[in-house]
Amino acid sequence: MPDRFLPSEFIVNVDHQRCRRCKRCILNCGFGVFDFQNMTTADSSKCVACHRCVVFCPEEAITITRNPLAFREHASWDVGLRKAIWKQAQSPGMILTGMGNDKPWLNIFDHLLIDACQVTNPSIDPLREPMELRTYLGRKPARLEIEYDSQGKPVLRGAVENNIMINVPIIFSGMSYGSISLNAQRAIAIAAERLGTLMNTGEGGLHEELYPYANHIIVQCASGRFGVHSKYLNAGVAVEIKIGQGAKPGIGGHLPGEKIGREVSGTRMIPQGTDALSPAPHHDIYSIEDLRQLIYALKEATGYKPVSVKIATVHNVAAIASGIARAGADMIYLDGFRGGTGASPAIVRDHVGIPIEIAIAVVDEQLRSEGIRNMVSIIAAGGIRSSADVVKAIALGADAVAIGTAALVAMGCRLCQKCYTGNCSWGIATQRPELTSRLDPDWGAERLVNLVNSWSLEVKEVLGALGINAIESLRGNRDRLRSLGLDPATNEVLGVRPAGM
Amino acid sequence: MEKIGKYKEWKPDLWRVPSACGLSGFINRDGGLVSGEVIIDSMRVMNERGNGLGGGFAGYGIYPEYADYYAIHIMFESQEGKHACEKLLEDNVVLEKMEEIPKETSERITDPPILWRYFCKPRVEKILECGKSEDDFIVDLVMSINTSVPGSFVFSSGKNMGVFKAVGFAEDVGEFYRLGDYRGHAWIGHTRFPTNTPGWWGGAHPFNILDWSVVHNGEISSYGTNKRYLEMFGYKCTLLTDTEVMAYLFDLLIRKHRLPIEIACAVMAAPFWKDMDSAGEEERRLYESLRAVYGGALVNGPFAVIVGFSRGIIGLNDRIKLRPLVAAEKDEYLYISSEEAAIREICPKPDRVWAPRAGKPVIGMLKDGV
Ligand code: SF4
Ligand code: SF4
Repeated sequence: MPDRFLPSEFIVNVDHQRCRRCKRCILNCGFGVFDFQNMTTADSSKCVACHRCVVFCPEEAITITRNPLAFREHASWDVGLRKAIWKQAQSPGMILTGMGNDKPWLNIFDHLLIDACQVTNPSIDPLREPMELRTYLGRKPARLEIEYDSQGKPVLRGAVENNIMINVPIIFSGMSYGSISLNAQRAIAIAAERLGTLMNTGEGGLHEELYPYANHIIVQCASGRFGVHSKYLNAGVAVEIKIGQGAKPGIGGHLPGEKIGREVSGTRMIPQGTDALSPAPHHDIYSIEDLRQLIYALKEATGYKPVSVKIATVHNVAAIASGIARAGADMIYLDGFRGGTGASPAIVRDHVGIPIEIAIAVVDEQLRSEGIRNMVSIIAAGGIRSSADVVKAIALGADAVAIGTAALVAMGCRLCQKCYTGNCSWGIATQRPELTSRLDPDWGAERLVNLVNSWSLEVKEVLGALGINAIESLRGNRDRLRSLGLDPATNEVLGVRPAGM
Repeated sequence: MEKIGKYKEWKPDLWRVPSACGLSGFINRDGGLVSGEVIIDSMRVMNERGNGLGGGFAGYGIYPEYADYYAIHIMFESQEGKHACEKLLEDNVVLEKMEEIPKETSERITDPPILWRYFCKPRVEKILECGKSEDDFIVDLVMSINTSVPGSFVFSSGKNMGVFKAVGFAEDVGEFYRLGDYRGHAWIGHTRFPTNTPGWWGGAHPFNILDWSVVHNGEISSYGTNKRYLEMFGYKCTLLTDTEVMAYLFDLLIRKHRLPIEIACAVMAAPFWKDMDSAGEEERRLYESLRAVYGGALVNGPFAVIVGFSRGIIGLNDRIKLRPLVAAEKDEYLYISSEEAAIREICPKPDRVWAPRAGKPVIGMLKDGV
């Protein structure tokens, strides 16, 4: 049998009339598609459609097309299913993939419509009036006590402790050094600082070089405990216990030894070249009271910095979130089933978990019905693709959103979903020095700042149309959302009325 | 999903009706009593601001002989509703007096519901049983009547005060209830211009809980946020109107959380960050904490309100003043209104007239010892 049992997904075509043989494509492709034998040649079977060559070819000589090869149609035997079987029949094992769920599940955000003012209620012009997006993350008391002093000035008795102020309700989600390059992390850190928001280390520790950005960093403590030491825990403004991730709920992580070079090994505190295996559960958390102990251990270790708990949104997410709030967490980070990953078995990425929209709605409602909503901030992630999603997530009840995939796309990522190979041509999901060096952190940071600033403008525009000039008046304001084309049960769960009602 | 409950059934067209309005109110800070005729005169000037689909008043100090009793005003759709409701009342309160609310027959006020008032105190054993304060007990009782007793609606529940409201122009409503027969130290009034025709008496202003009465001009863009925030503290927004939310917010912030009035107003119409960031450290921290904790109580969208309560009246505008509000003073009187003309009608030569700034409350309190 031929080696290539599977047909290529894409066909790479080099126009030899245009090609000036500069070999840039050879240098740029992380997947080794190109070669040079008298002329530029391409091995289409390796192409992942990451477009790096297309962007860098000075002559626009390269075109990439989907392989038009016809498959006999079969409504239940989708071509992807057949390919998966061929792959597994050839080399046994789970099918790995990267990035988020790519299956065409119903996207609820795309079925929610935002309200606007007309006549009875004036809209507000964001160019002329202040529009406030400032957000405070962390536990808040249910009430404040205020008294007047002898001069008649109001004085606060007790205060709101340990809240983190962010200028925009958008933070960067946890992407570890190891799964992404140090340059990618640098870009995110610089952007977080310039935007007045937060980044998250992911589970790979914090490289020495990023300590100066500590005021904008959440440090993560995950099941592998990679890179966790007391200086690390105290470096950021908050600590996050990562229980799960939207792209792979319930399973651990595996960073292959090839990605563990000298720097990653130093930061993660594991030997060079060994696989970094994150266990599926934290081996010191087998129930909620164990989580409580870890939360308080981390608080003790950090002088009571806020602790976030990150969970994948699974079926029982509302009850779990309530337990987390009562266990002492200050923030709950909900990662929906569309969340991205550096590597995950496709079966888990594509079939496990529930959408973030549903999770926000049920968690917010549960916490409110128990009267403990003020105890935690809800950060929604895993499927935030646009400023419209930001508005809808906050209107459903989130305090802020986190973006991961969107941030990578801003830095060039083409969603080729090959992050797990470590060959990312954009210098993002790779540790190969010749690839990582091509991502200039300042360039990346500027693009991230542009993106978040653009989204902020758009959020403000929509707030103005809603007649609202502060983000807190959007929070949980499901009254300003209507659904279109959702079934009654989903409407009920979301707490949103259908359009027309 | 909204639980529309009986209101939707009683009057199916009631669904968060946007409306424009006219407001007026005054207080005699010495506690001197004034006839309800005066507030009717003030409201008559603003006839243009209403469309005959809702008017109402609240008078303070009007029931001196029952000053220690909760004065519960209830409208009933039917005799059956009344029986069911009175049964619930008898189980929970000791009734000192119950009577029909006096009214005039009027051509201009048609189809009135059954209108009764009950002067009562919570049953001691009930208070002991639930361990709540009397006020909280009454709030719960009002909430439970309004959500679960079909065809009954409590529209006034304070002490030594009363709300009178109906479908009609304000001046006609005032005459219908014979407000000239009552004397109070403070009065507030409202005329309404709803943009459809709910025609339900409960939908008129003022909205009331305990001694808090709110008349309101505006539409709250943050309704969903405020409603869900209040629900966390046990309030049930049954009427689906913005104004109800206002009344409950004042009750929560000032009565339950004991925030000073100015601070409660700074929660509902919060100063902008740009102004706070340049303020002194202590002030900045105070307002930062207030917004972090009470973000759900920030009221967004255009509004002007006048709030009455046992010790005074408050006028407040939204944070960018999108609805009119004027204030005036003459001796011991403080006046607040949508229009200066409505003040001058009852006080031709005020000492001072001013336009309160966005988000800055105007407060008129009874003098200490009154
Ligand atoms: S980058 Fe373009 S011009 Fe250069 S060798 Fe490749 S195909 Fe030819
Ligand atoms: S990060 Fe790189 S490898 Fe991963 S999807 Fe994006 S372009 Fe592909």
